[in-house]
Amino acid sequence: MKTFEKIFLGFATLTLVACGGQEKSSNQSHLSGNIKIDGSSTVYPITEAVAEEFRNVQPNINVTVGVSGTGGGFKKFMRGEIDINDASRSIKSKEADACAEINMGFVELSVAYDGLAVLVNPENDWVDFFTVDELQKIWNPEAQETVMYWDQVREGWPHEELHLFGPGVASGTYDYFAEAICGKKVGTRGDYTASEDDHVLVQGIATDKNALGFFGLAYYEENKDKLRLVGVDNGDGTVLPSMETVSNGTYAPLSRPIFIYVSSAAVAKKEVNEFVNFYLDSAPSLVSEVGYIPLQDHEYAIEKEKFNAFSGK
Amino acid sequence: MSNKNTEKIIEWLLRLSALVTVLTTIGIIWVLLSESVSFFQEVSIIEFLTDTQWTPLYKDKHFGIMPLVSGTLLTTFIAVSVALPLGLVIAIYLSEYAPKKFRKTVKPLLEILAAVPTVVYGFFALMVVTPFLQTIIPNLSGFNALSAGIVMGIMIIPFVTSFSEDALQAVPKSLKHGAFALGSTRLQTSFRVMVPAASSGIVVSVILAFSRAIGETMIVAIAAGQQPRLTANPLVPIETITTYIVQVSLGDVPHGSLEYKTIFAAGMTLFVFTFILNNISFWIRKKFREKYD
Repeated sequence: MKTFEKIFLGFATLTLVACGGQEKSSNQSHLSGNIKIDGSSTVYPITEAVAEEFRNVQPNINVTVGVSGTGGGFKKFMRGEIDINDASRSIKSKEADACAEINMGFVELSVAYDGLAVLVNPENDWVDFFTVDELQKIWNPEAQETVMYWDQVREGWPHEELHLFGPGVASGTYDYFAEAICGKKVGTRGDYTASEDDHVLVQGIATDKNALGFFGLAYYEENKDKLRLVGVDNGDGTVLPSMETVSNGTYAPLSRPIFIYVSSAAVAKKEVNEFVNFYLDSAPSLVSEVGYIPLQDHEYAIEKEKFNAFSGK
Repeated sequence: MSNKNTEKIIEWLLRLSALVTVLTTIGIIWVLLSESVSFFQEVSIIEFLTDTQWTPLYKDKHFGIMPLVSGTLLTTFIAVSVALPLGLVIAIYLSEYAPKKFRKTVKPLLEILAAVPTVVYGFFALMVVTPFLQTIIPNLSGFNALSAGIVMGIMIIPFVTSFSEDALQAVPKSLKHGAFALGSTRLQTSFRVMVPAASSGIVVSVILAFSRAIGETMIVAIAAGQQPRLTANPLVPIETITTYIVQVSLGDVPHGSLEYKTIFAAGMTLFVFTFILNNISFWIRKKFREKYD
C-alpha cells in the first residue's frame, strides 16, 4: 500500500512537473537571473537538492550553492554579496546588528531538522542512557589515551575496553557532534575509528560488543536491527531520538532545526522569490530524501506565510 | 644495413622500457622524499618516532608513527605465521611427496589464491572469517587485526609455496639420494636434508611474503579497522600505515597542509620498510646460496 502510494505520488508529481514545464515554456514565462547561496555544509545537501530540482523547472535561473560554513556565509550575507545563507544555527546578535546597520532586513526560515543518533551494540547490556556530561567525558580531547574503559565513564559499568566509532573530520556531522558535546572549537579526541562512510561505522558497531558510536539518525533507521539506539539525558530525563523528539526539539543537544536566511534585498528579486517558494514546497519530500527530518506540513505552511509576509505579497 | 638499424631501434626500445620502470621508481622516491622533508621541517623526527599517539587530523595533534607501525607489523606477523608453516608444508609435500601429475594440477590451482582481488579477500575477512572467529573468541571486535592477518596469510601462501618449492627443487638430487642411502626416512630427508639445503631460498620467500604483507592495503583497510593504537592485541581494531593513507586520501584534507603531508611521511616509512626487506632478501640470496655444482 505504502509503495503504491509512493509510486502514485511520484507519478502525480512527475505529471505536474511536466505540465508545469510545458505551460511555462508555451507562455514564455521562464524567469532568468542569478541566485547566490552560501553557508553551512550541513544545510548544503538540502539546498543543493532543491537547486537541482529548481534547475529543471527554471533552466534560465542560475543557482550557485557554496559552502563556507554558517559563519562565513553570514559574513557574505551581511555585505549583501549573497541572496540566501544556509545556516545550521540562528543568526547571532552581532550579525543581526551588522545587517541592521546597512538597513537590510532578513527572514529566518526553518527548512528541516537534523538529529544525531548515539549507538551501541545490541549485546551491550549495561548502557541504559548517556548524560551529556558522560558523552563529553568520553569524547573531549583530554580523554585521548586516558578514558579507555567503560568503567571510567560511569561506575558500575564493566572494565571493558571502549571502542569508539564516528564520522571523520571531513564530515559536517563530526563538527556538529563536537560542538554540541565538547563545545565550540574544542574538537574531539582522535583515537577512534573514523570513517566518512557511515556503513563502515554501522558495521563496526554492529559487530563489536564494546562499541560506542554516533552518526546521523537516517542511517540508524536503515539499520535498526543491528544497532541499539541510546537515549541522551540533558538534565530532564532520558530522551530517545525519533521523528517526534527531534522535530519538537526535546532531543537536546543532539538535534536542531536548520535554516535558510533570505535578505530583504534579495527578496525583491523575482527569481529569489520563486526559488524560496519552490524550496518550501519541495522540502517535505526532498529533505527526507537527503537524510534529514522534515518539519510538519503545517510548519512548512507557517514558514511559507512568514516568507510571504516578509516579501510583502 | 637496414637490419642493423632495426636492431638498434629495438635495442633502444628495450632500453627505454627498462628506463620507464627505473624512472618511475625514481619519481616515486623523489615525491615521497620532497614531501616528507617539508613534513619533517614542521614535525621533529624524534617526535615522529617516539610519540605513541597518531592523531594528526584532530585538535590534540600527535605525530607518532608507532601506532601505525605496530598495526602494520601486527597484521604482517599474523599473516606470516599463517603463511610460513602452511606454505612450507605445502611446498615440501608438492616437491617431496606428491606424484608429478598431482603437483602439476595443484600448483596452478594454488596460485589462483594469489590472483583473487584483495578487495574480495577483505570482504571475506570481514563477512566470513570475523563472524566465524567470534563464535570461538566472543570478545573479538568486528574490526580486528586477527582476521585480516589470517586472510592476508592465506593470500600470501602461494608466494611462500612457490619460492620454497623452487628452492627445494634446486637442491641436487645427489643429496636426497645420499640421505636415502644412509637409511633416512622420507620425513627425515625432507626436514633434515632438503629444508636446510634450501634454507636460503625459503628465507627469501618469507621475506618477500613479509614485504608483500606490509604493503597490503585493501584487506586491512576493510577488515582491520581505522583506529591507530599502539597495541599487540590482535582482537581490537587497529590501523595500518596503508589504511591511514587510504583514509586521508579519500577525505577532504587540503593539499599542502601538514595533515596532507602526513601521508607522505607515512608512505616514506612504508617504503623504507619494504626497501630494507627487499634488500635483505637480495643479500641473503647472494650470500647464502648453497652452491653444490
